[in-house]
Amino acid sequence: MSILMSPSKAAIIAQLQREIFPLQGFKRAVSNAALNTSFGHIKNAFPGNIFPLGAVHEFIAEKAEDAAVTGSFITSILAFLMINGGITLWIGPSRSIFPPALKSFGIAPDKIIFIDLHKEKEILWATEEALKCEGLAAVVSQIQEVSFTASRRLQLAVEQSRVTGFIVRQNPRSINITACISRWKITSLASDTTYEMPGVGFPCWNVELLKIRNGVPGNWKIECIAGRFRHINKVAAVPLLQKKKAG
Amino acid sequence: MPKRFISIWFKSLKTDWFTRHQQGLHQIPFVLASPDHGRMIVTAASVLAQKNGVETGMVLADARAIISSLQFFDDKPQLPAKLLNGIAHWCIRYSPVVAIDLPDGLILDATGCAHLWGGEKQYLTDIFKRLKSFGYNVSIAIADTVGAAWAIARFGHDSFIVETGQQTAALLSLPSAALRLEAETVERLEKLGLRHINNFISMPRSALRRRFGQHLLMRLDQAMGYEEEIIQPVFPLNPYHERLPCMEPIVTATGIEIALRRLLDTLCQRLQQEEKGLRQAWFKGYRVDGKIEKIEIGTNRPSRNSNHLFKLFEIKIESIEPALGIELFTLEASKVEDLSAVQEKLWNYPGGLDDVGLSELLDRIGGKLGANHIQRYVPDEHYWPERSFKPASSINEKLQTAWKIDKPRPLQLLPEPEAIEVTAPIPDYPPMNFRYKGKLHKVSKADGPERIEQEWWLQEGQHRDYYYVEDEEGYRYWLFRSGHYDAAKSYKWFIHGFFA
Repeated sequence: MSILMSPSKAAIIAQLQREIFPLQGFKRAVSNAALNTSFGHIKNAFPGNIFPLGAVHEFIAEKAEDAAVTGSFITSILAFLMINGGITLWIGPSRSIFPPALKSFGIAPDKIIFIDLHKEKEILWATEEALKCEGLAAVVSQIQEVSFTASRRLQLAVEQSRVTGFIVRQNPRSINITACISRWKITSLASDTTYEMPGVGFPCWNVELLKIRNGVPGNWKIECIAGRFRHINKVAAVPLLQKKKAG
Repeated sequence: MPKRFISIWFKSLKTDWFTRHQQGLHQIPFVLASPDHGRMIVTAASVLAQKNGVETGMVLADARAIISSLQFFDDKPQLPAKLLNGIAHWCIRYSPVVAIDLPDGLILDATGCAHLWGGEKQYLTDIFKRLKSFGYNVSIAIADTVGAAWAIARFGHDSFIVETGQQTAALLSLPSAALRLEAETVERLEKLGLRHINNFISMPRSALRRRFGQHLLMRLDQAMGYEEEIIQPVFPLNPYHERLPCMEPIVTATGIEIALRRLLDTLCQRLQQEEKGLRQAWFKGYRVDGKIEKIEIGTNRPSRNSNHLFKLFEIKIESIEPALGIELFTLEASKVEDLSAVQEKLWNYPGGLDDVGLSELLDRIGGKLGANHIQRYVPDEHYWPERSFKPASSINEKLQTAWKIDKPRPLQLLPEPEAIEVTAPIPDYPPMNFRYKGKLHKVSKADGPERIEQEWWLQEGQHRDYYYVEDEEGYRYWLFRSGHYDAAKSYKWFIHGFFA
């Protein structure tokens, strides 16, 4: 009996999940096919197999080097979001981004507006205002601490405007609960030298998806070639986990 | 709408000012005197002194013979102009067009102003009372022409309000001096027995011109309203200027917001009609105590969206100190640019730099936190990394040159290159290891060198040899050696950035 029931049960659960998404402020209408293709296997971890746009993503970086790697990962995503000529606001305490380098990710550096602010309060205010602005492609905000309340405000802002937000927290005092849709941690890996080529190869990253709402966290190793992701080897545990959770 | 003018006559401007500024003077007779041909001549006498028979033009010694306790002060010839200018600025609460009428008067263009005070009578009473409370003894009249108002203020007897079109009747019984004539013309008229205006108003114009000159006819025409008289306002009138006088002084933030909203709505409606947009605006509050509170906003591109402009002002409203209250608000657009109506788009594409939402957002951020925090970069034709980009002069500046991507560049660049300790084999091999912030990094892979020469026409210094290295942990750095290896060891190693 239970064997016969299980497919219908699974259908019911899938149906319920689909109904829960919009209630949680996540609308599926926004998607970017090219970006999803670029994510490859990683997209299986996302709700509905689509990278959630119109939401706030949180990134944790410990060292300055990690911040650079995280910045590159975000920039690679931005390249897809800004393809239609959209503008990104980059809000942070000190502008450490080297604009000409953005070009190698396929972004016109002059399409990014930098807002250099020092007080956390000001950064939060500017981020919230920016996330409310519908004309933007994305907002990147470098801020150390985000309280749960602050993150909820940001989430409410994007639910209205459908702008995608990226929050980079460098060396946070504590990794607290936030209302962000996901939490990532990107670290660097030694570049691939399978072919015994001289010099430094393409950048390799260890992408950890620590938390994702309605999705399955995971861990991947990817290589970034001119702003596109390429998987080195997939961590096999992901589909298993997904089944467990669905049941 | 018929024009209405107010003339304010300060009966004793200078002595009133002295009484106002020196305690106890209102009980003592005093005069102002200035030297003339080796004598002191009285140029102004206080009310008390006048009552005792002291008059302007007397020799000071004679005046002191009349009143032994007479005080005297040196006259300040520049005082009336300065005082009238100050009072004219204060009078802006009654009318936007205020002109100085030397030596002892002001002229206000009151067209369309009086109804805000509930009628001309209340309007005049209010001005009179306020000036009285400052200690100025004034006489005020309102009429269709400057000349008539001037005459009635100085020579009128009973009614100081001349109804529209009634100025001829009101002027007939006044002395000829009421026409603002030169002293000698008045003297000649008196000599001929033409003491009042009705004596000569019906005379043939050619006869009057022959005997008294064109000036008399011009003054007569100006007073009667046959000839337009142009006054020179203290404030050159800003074409985009809105005013809102308040019946009661405003002290609350809500009140200020309501005033601001109303002014913005009127101004934006006007800008809409004229296809203009606002770039810079001042919002001023005239306080009861005479001070002016003002806030300024600027926008990145012309705007006439009153909601957006209100938001920009809203951030700054808290800096307004109403003190005892604000009785007049003005809003002036000091910079206005053309803004043609935009055609509605069928689908809302995520806009680029021309997006209105974006420029409004930047206005808000710039307004609250300072516009210098907002930066956008455009390429500059230099190989030196720090000079390869420059801040854009405006938010929608177009690119002059393309971005260069031929060589790898780190996404994260240190604000200043930081010195590191390096072990590197000569002549030009990449480092084997380096120590940065106390941590030893062993280099496992490296690219380079890429030599970037110092731009000697801009800056003296040594060239840089850049290496792109990866350490054993997989992190990638941008290092450089400044200068050649030489015996004097003048070269140095630096870290300049982090790669992805």
